[in-house]
Amino acid sequence: MALEAGNIFFRYEKKQPWILEDVTVRIDRGECLVVSGPSGCGKTTLAMLLAGYLRPERGQIQAEGFPLPAKGVCPVQLISQHPEKAVNPRWRLKRVLEESGGRMEEILETFGIRRRWLDRFPCELSGGELQRFCVARALMSGADYLICDEISTMMDAVTQAQIWNAVLREAKKRRMGILAVTHNRHLAERIATRQIALEK
Amino acid sequence: MKKGNRRTRAVIQAAALAMLLLVVYAAGILISGDAVEGDFLDAGRPPCLEHPFGTDALGRDLLMRTLKGMSVSMTVGAAASAISAGIAVFVGIAAAAGSGRVDAAISWLIDVMMSVPHMVLIILISFAMGRGFQGLLAGIAATHWCSLARLIRGEVLQLRSRHYIAVSRKLGKPEGWILTRHLLGHLAPQLLVGAILMFPHAILHEAAVSFLGFGLPPEQPATGIILAESMRYISAGLWWPAVLPGLTLVWVVLSVDRLGDELQKILNPFSAQE
Amino acid sequence: MEQRTEALLEIRDLSVSFRMYGHGLKQEDQQVISDLHLSVYPGEILAVAGSSGSGKSLLASAILGILPDNAAVRGYVSYQGEELTPEGQARLRGTEIALVPQSVSFLDPLMRTGAQAEGHRRPRPAERRRQLFRDLGLPDQTERLYPFQLSGGMARRVLVSTALLTDARLIIADEPTPGMSLEQALKALRIFREMADSGRAVILITHDIDLAVEIADRVAVFYAGTTVETAKASDFKAGPGALRHPYSQALWRALPQNEFQPIEGSQPDAGELPKGCLFAPRCPFRTAKCVAETPPVRQVRGGEVRCCYGA
Repeated sequence: MALEAGNIFFRYEKKQPWILEDVTVRIDRGECLVVSGPSGCGKTTLAMLLAGYLRPERGQIQAEGFPLPAKGVCPVQLISQHPEKAVNPRWRLKRVLEESGGRMEEILETFGIRRRWLDRFPCELSGGELQRFCVARALMSGADYLICDEISTMMDAVTQAQIWNAVLREAKKRRMGILAVTHNRHLAERIATRQIALEK
Repeated sequence: MKKGNRRTRAVIQAAALAMLLLVVYAAGILISGDAVEGDFLDAGRPPCLEHPFGTDALGRDLLMRTLKGMSVSMTVGAAASAISAGIAVFVGIAAAAGSGRVDAAISWLIDVMMSVPHMVLIILISFAMGRGFQGLLAGIAATHWCSLARLIRGEVLQLRSRHYIAVSRKLGKPEGWILTRHLLGHLAPQLLVGAILMFPHAILHEAAVSFLGFGLPPEQPATGIILAESMRYISAGLWWPAVLPGLTLVWVVLSVDRLGDELQKILNPFSAQE
Repeated sequence: MEQRTEALLEIRDLSVSFRMYGHGLKQEDQQVISDLHLSVYPGEILAVAGSSGSGKSLLASAILGILPDNAAVRGYVSYQGEELTPEGQARLRGTEIALVPQSVSFLDPLMRTGAQAEGHRRPRPAERRRQLFRDLGLPDQTERLYPFQLSGGMARRVLVSTALLTDARLIIADEPTPGMSLEQALKALRIFREMADSGRAVILITHDIDLAVEIADRVAVFYAGTTVETAKASDFKAGPGALRHPYSQALWRALPQNEFQPIEGSQPDAGELPKGCLFAPRCPFRTAKCVAETPPVRQVRGGEVRCCYGA
């Protein structure tokens, strides 16, 4: 029961240098793996690969022993640093949540989403408020693994603690595996069950 | 800080323009055939109270004739721009969503269409389709979709690279669902405005082709026909058959253009805030 | 730190609101900055810390007088003891007050970075610019590149250099470090420190309280568009006992290196601000008085706080 990337190679175009070269990562369910490393070392690329947003040139990514599905709901969900880019700016947030088609009630409670926000457009909410929606949407899809790419980098400490506490609580309840990218050493120590560093 | 509510102003102006245009259109439909019958005793009258636009050399009331002609022009314009917009959506999305080869072929076609003068194409198509109302409609509809299609292609390409579209795929949404829910919702306001801004072009082309004698039959009271006829008498000092219907055409074209601009202000949430 | 010298920039009761369209044709005023108090003295770095989207960038725009048309500004802003008028702002920006903008899109995409950083000063400060690029860790060939050829971190360092090349006495840096590695960020911040030490004043707008505490002399804590507390950076290191406002204490407790325990709720919306203290709905110590009226700014233990708790 794990999400595994075995010996993956990735670059955006042929003949360019590898961004990721022979990387192997394994995330077990129930653990929170924190990835750190200098900027430009491919942390975000690794996150996108693991969530199926990009395909490795060589190597394979498997969840529970099967390659990530090309169609249908992906068991690995990505949450990015910029929640405002992850929601349709013309949709009210209720519709944004409904896109994942799960049950809404408890999740709203867990992430402190106010009922009033559901009728708003994304531009009317702050980044921290939108990020709650993005995390909630990912969880409502029934994901087994969450890839959190600097999800609280642009937030104040209170919002960061709120979101991470909720994510970790839900992950424990559902026995999910988490891969978190962060450069905040203190946050890494607080949330990680295991840490790895990527090199350039 | 500017006072007043710009969006309210835009809505009022758009509504007023739409009303006026509707009145002109309805008047043209409601005017009976008798009102545009000739009366040789009244021929060549300059504008007066009884005939605000005067009468032409056959004694037909020019106001009535202009209104009737305008409504014909507007029918052609509306139908042609609606068909054009439909073609534009189909072609634009096909280019953006299809393979690289499809995109290249469509982009080439658009370039070719845009490099040939519209008038020549309209005349050829209208002629091939047997002239008259249908021929003209086909000619105008077939030539006006290019720039809108190019706009839609660009827009769809840009939208498809957005992160939230990728998220939608990972949430298990099929391409068709994404197209209708995410993309069309985004395109609809632009499309509406694009189609309305196409309308004045279509009217002008209708008038121009009819003026040249390749469009509507001469017995039909169309704007282009009225203007073409008036040319024969203008050297005899009958200025009003040319000037007054001509100004009406200009007014309608500018009004529709303005209506499109106001709608753009209302529908675009990003420009509407200031 | 010497506080008795005259403030370079002083802001009292600054409010900024935007006239926005709600649903349909309804217009509503969104108050994004409310009764803000802030002073910055020559020779210091003042950090303004708060979450992204809480109106910090608008503070910079308000000081420079570059807010959009639908904004209304109330309050008092003075520079060197003189009240700032819109004409005064136009005269000072770029010469006396320099901005390091938040977004990389502030760079002119059609201009090489070297020429861009030098600006239209004559003679060109090419030598100083080269030195500055080197100090910021930008390779020599950077000056010939166009903005699209830069990485995010490089572009930000170019933005920093544009402001540092002016002779401005007040530098407002809006989130200058994201995208830079820790080492690069420290380099940039060290340059800000040198600027301050040479008698200029720096306002550092950031969402990163750790960074603020590390580099700044004083930290202004931003909440819902106002500064709830201005404290010495050392007070944040000392812990909640040294802090004055319940929100600053909550921030401290929420840091992962401390307790990682958040308080409930979220910031009030700009369209529906509470009548009294903006923090009252989430405050564990709120009284009927806080809910009814905005508490005044008080001096407590060498810092400023807008709270009536313990008064």
